Amino acid sequence: MKRAKWDAKFKACRERDIDFSTVSGLPVRPLYTPADIAGFEHDRDLGYPGEFPYVRGVQTSMYRGRLWTMRQFSGFGTAGDTNRRYKYLLKHGQTGLSVAFDFPTLYGRDSDDPFARGEVGKCGVAIDSLQDMETLFSSIPLDKISTSMTINPPAAMLLAMYIAVGEKQKLPAHILTGTIQNDMLKEYQAQKTWIYPPEPSLKIIADILEYCAERVPRWNTISISGYHIREAGSTAVQELAFTLKNGFTYVERGISAGLPVDKFAPRLSFFFNAHLDFFEEIAKYRAARRIWAHTMRDKYGAQDPRSYLMRFHTQTAGCTLTAQQPENNIVRTAYQALSAVLGGTQSLHTNSMDESYALPTEKAVKIALRTQQLLAYETGVPNTIDPMAGSYYVEALTNELEREAYKYFEKIDKMGGVIPAIEKGYFQKEISRSAYSYQVALERQRKHHVGVNIFTEDEKPAIETLKIPPAVEKVQIAKLRRLRRERNNQRVKEKLRLLRKAAKDGENLMPRILDCVRAYATLGEMCSTLKEEYGVYREPIIF
Amino acid sequence: MDGIEHRLRGLLRGEKRMIAQIISAVENDCAQGLLQNIFPYTGRAYHVGITGPPGAGKSTLVNAVAKQFLQQGKKIGIIAVDPSSPFSGGALLGDRVRMTDLAAHRDVFIRSMASRGSLGGLARTTKDAALVLDAAGMDYVLIETIGVGQVELDIAGVCDTTVVVLVPESGDSIQAMKAGLLEIADILVVNKSDRDGSERLVMELKFAMEMREREPDWEYPILMTTATEEKGIGQLVIALQAHIDHLSMTGKLEEQRKAKLLHHVHELVEQKIRSHLEENVMHEHDLRTLVDRIYRRRLDPYRVAERIARKIVKGSR
Amino acid sequence: MERKIRVLVGKPGLDGHDRGAKVVAAALRDAGMEVIYTGLHQTCESIVDAAIQEDVQVVGLSILSGAHMTILPRILKLLKTRKAGDMIVIGGGIIPADDAKKLEKMGVRRLFGPGTPTVEIVDWIRANAGKVGKSGKVGKSGKVPRHQTVKKKKATAVARWRKKK
Ligand SMILES: Nc1nc2c(ncn2[C@@H]2O[C@H](COP(=O)(O)OP(=O)(O)OP(=O)(O)O)[C@@H](O)[C@H]2O)c(=O)[nH]1
Ligand SMILES: [Mg+2]
Repeated sequence: MKRAKWDAKFKACRERDIDFSTVSGLPVRPLYTPADIAGFEHDRDLGYPGEFPYVRGVQTSMYRGRLWTMRQFSGFGTAGDTNRRYKYLLKHGQTGLSVAFDFPTLYGRDSDDPFARGEVGKCGVAIDSLQDMETLFSSIPLDKISTSMTINPPAAMLLAMYIAVGEKQKLPAHILTGTIQNDMLKEYQAQKTWIYPPEPSLKIIADILEYCAERVPRWNTISISGYHIREAGSTAVQELAFTLKNGFTYVERGISAGLPVDKFAPRLSFFFNAHLDFFEEIAKYRAARRIWAHTMRDKYGAQDPRSYLMRFHTQTAGCTLTAQQPENNIVRTAYQALSAVLGGTQSLHTNSMDESYALPTEKAVKIALRTQQLLAYETGVPNTIDPMAGSYYVEALTNELEREAYKYFEKIDKMGGVIPAIEKGYFQKEISRSAYSYQVALERQRKHHVGVNIFTEDEKPAIETLKIPPAVEKVQIAKLRRLRRERNNQRVKEKLRLLRKAAKDGENLMPRILDCVRAYATLGEMCSTLKEEYGVYREPIIF
Repeated sequence: MDGIEHRLRGLLRGEKRMIAQIISAVENDCAQGLLQNIFPYTGRAYHVGITGPPGAGKSTLVNAVAKQFLQQGKKIGIIAVDPSSPFSGGALLGDRVRMTDLAAHRDVFIRSMASRGSLGGLARTTKDAALVLDAAGMDYVLIETIGVGQVELDIAGVCDTTVVVLVPESGDSIQAMKAGLLEIADILVVNKSDRDGSERLVMELKFAMEMREREPDWEYPILMTTATEEKGIGQLVIALQAHIDHLSMTGKLEEQRKAKLLHHVHELVEQKIRSHLEENVMHEHDLRTLVDRIYRRRLDPYRVAERIARKIVKGSR
Repeated sequence: MERKIRVLVGKPGLDGHDRGAKVVAAALRDAGMEVIYTGLHQTCESIVDAAIQEDVQVVGLSILSGAHMTILPRILKLLKTRKAGDMIVIGGGIIPADDAKKLEKMGVRRLFGPGTPTVEIVDWIRANAGKVGKSGKVGKSGKVPRHQTVKKKKATAVARWRKKK
């Protein structure tokens, strides 16, 4: 049968009354054929696993060699509470830790800061000083695990604390492995956790790149994150384009700080969202690898193949979890996890079903972890590498996402780069608009979200949630006050003065921060010291 | 009316809730009587307009200037106008975001206004809202217009001093703006002077200002600022005070204010006549049927207007 | 028609997740309301200051950080002490049922959970804020609203007249 004939037949059929487009709004044709990927050449366009341009995966053996790291993000209450949860997770087969900090910590404020009122230990663990960090990792040998820390403006301080905990465990910094998020650009664009203006923030990031290249060579220095861009409401294309453009911006900063690109680029890693649209997500990860490899080689002249590799962590989309019919979230998350694995992720966090209410309970976390284990051990999905390759639809979509991303790169370049575009509120506007049009599509029933605008039930979901006792705040503050009384305050003052001076003189801050940390200066003290030198950021126009 | 009495007293005492409620009433056109009572208490404040293209840093600049005035112990009223959506009539008012330093200060009052269909860069009632702040004891009323192009120039008719804010990016469009924005500027500010091209812009502006009609004895300062870092703000404050001195010394202040009052009276009269026309002489839909006949060339607009005008005069006598 | 509805949409506390707040703000604008958006990371004090100066009928607060039991009661209290207890306070975000009950008892008029269609919020605000509050902004007695209606109609007629000019 010829194509034209089929087309005619298809036209005669009635289609369902919805928008046939991806969740991001890219139109989807009823059928994909070789015509949609004309000119496709496997070796050139995809390459072999572990070979340029890495579309089929960054390692030669992919999951045949080693499964992805199952890394559940967690943290709540005091460092002691979280330490217990970590031990529970490690016991149940989790293979890496991922620290969630509470809001005051994320903003570099101490637990007794007026802004911290009501937030201490709520959405993550409260860390005020090295003392808390010691408790957090007590009897967890840092040479046996890798730790990911979701921390941005005070990333340097938390990394320094981790190094200092290592020192106490008699472990040298060069064997530590883990990740700090340390991606400030997406903070200004989407997640909105900031302290200083963009320029000093990027300067600190360059300091970290430089320091780690020398001293902590196995540490992933920036986790360039699309996750939050997507959570803030962007489309898949925007997530892809903005994230990679941010990545290139960091590369340029490293280069202009005088670092050879191959010295730091291999330690850059990425963090993506796994959202609702199954194929679009798979295409997104594949396109990302191709863009990164090409640009690193052709534009930035990297020569070490490790600089071409786009390694990434994935988290299923928190914003797609529903408060309604929460058990559905287990299934929703499973599909999302499948797309991440088919997309070749290096590590994965699966959300727990109760997370649209509160931090997850132990039981919910266990189900989420089991979801990954099912995928890894029962489905057979990891048995062969990049099984989606060659699908007319997936390849066409991969190409389309790539093309659209390059269009965004051009637009951003025209604005003078990422920072001027941030100052103009460009990303913020693009993201808000996408979020709003998706909401409108939902309300007009052009898109569906089960339990929210279709198959809804009148229900009062009776679901058990984790409660953080209000005492946590009191306990944490008492602990902090005791620390301030008992430490050598003369020494703290001196170290903070030296930090301020280093900031003024434009020196690398890392050694100074490490000194402050060792003297038990608090996070808030260090951040306010730098604030005095750098000033604070104000968000630009918003809609 | 003791309602008015009570509100007037609250206003004169500077009670923020009362000021706010009175401005709402003004915005909703239900404060005629109140305005009459307020007016005698106005005329003390200096009204400064800040205008310029969208995103030039007007709000940031207002914030920085207000801070300096506060340090001098002054009371500051701020009105920031943003456009209403022509489709829904709604508006997102975001200027406050740039002024969070100030909002809680005892001696500051910030009000966002939506333009509500008015096209001149201000809302129709902005002038009256400024009077309310004047009566509330503000020393300065700073009015930020919506981001303007060449035509939204109402601000000059409302303020004693008009500050036009430009940024290096607007360099290309100087020619286009000459006719409008530059004509109304008493003080020019090149903001974002941390960006490339600000010196060039200053030069171009100097040149452009030479070409425009100018008053003697006023030098039309062109200042560079970086509002985000509060740089150059001191000079701007000095320039503002110098302009005020200039106005009062030359007698221009009185002259200008009288001209504006005259204009205001004209406007009010016009409004009155329009409502009178609508309510007592000829309703909109009657007018429409007339227009219909004009369209068919049975009548002509000149004669119709003449007749209506005569009717209005007779009706109000 | 009643007077223009003005709503403050605020993000108190530290969490930076403004997606919901912005979507709601845009929806309220598209429903013809005037929305004052405070920006992120606001203290309760600055939100209350803004609400008073902007003379809004409704204060809408989006809180996703779990600090609602600290923030919302504080806002209610501050409004009361500043003689603005008549303003309607509503909240949005992740708020467990038993907390919600307590908050509603304290005077939060309505809490909208995640996934609430924006039309529901719009309708609720129209139904509850459209009425002239006891603050007497528009004047006194039942006559006033009618007077106001006349004015409104007139204003639009004038605008049309003007446009034709
Ligand atoms: N680099 C730089 N940025 C500035 C400066 N002044 C303001 N900005 C930034 O420019 C953007 C717009 O500032 P606003 O103060 O909101 O500008 P505006 O003219 O009030 O904008 P609209 O009211 O939307 O027309 C913000 O991101 C400010 O931080 C400056 O001097 N230098
Ligand atoms: Mg502004």
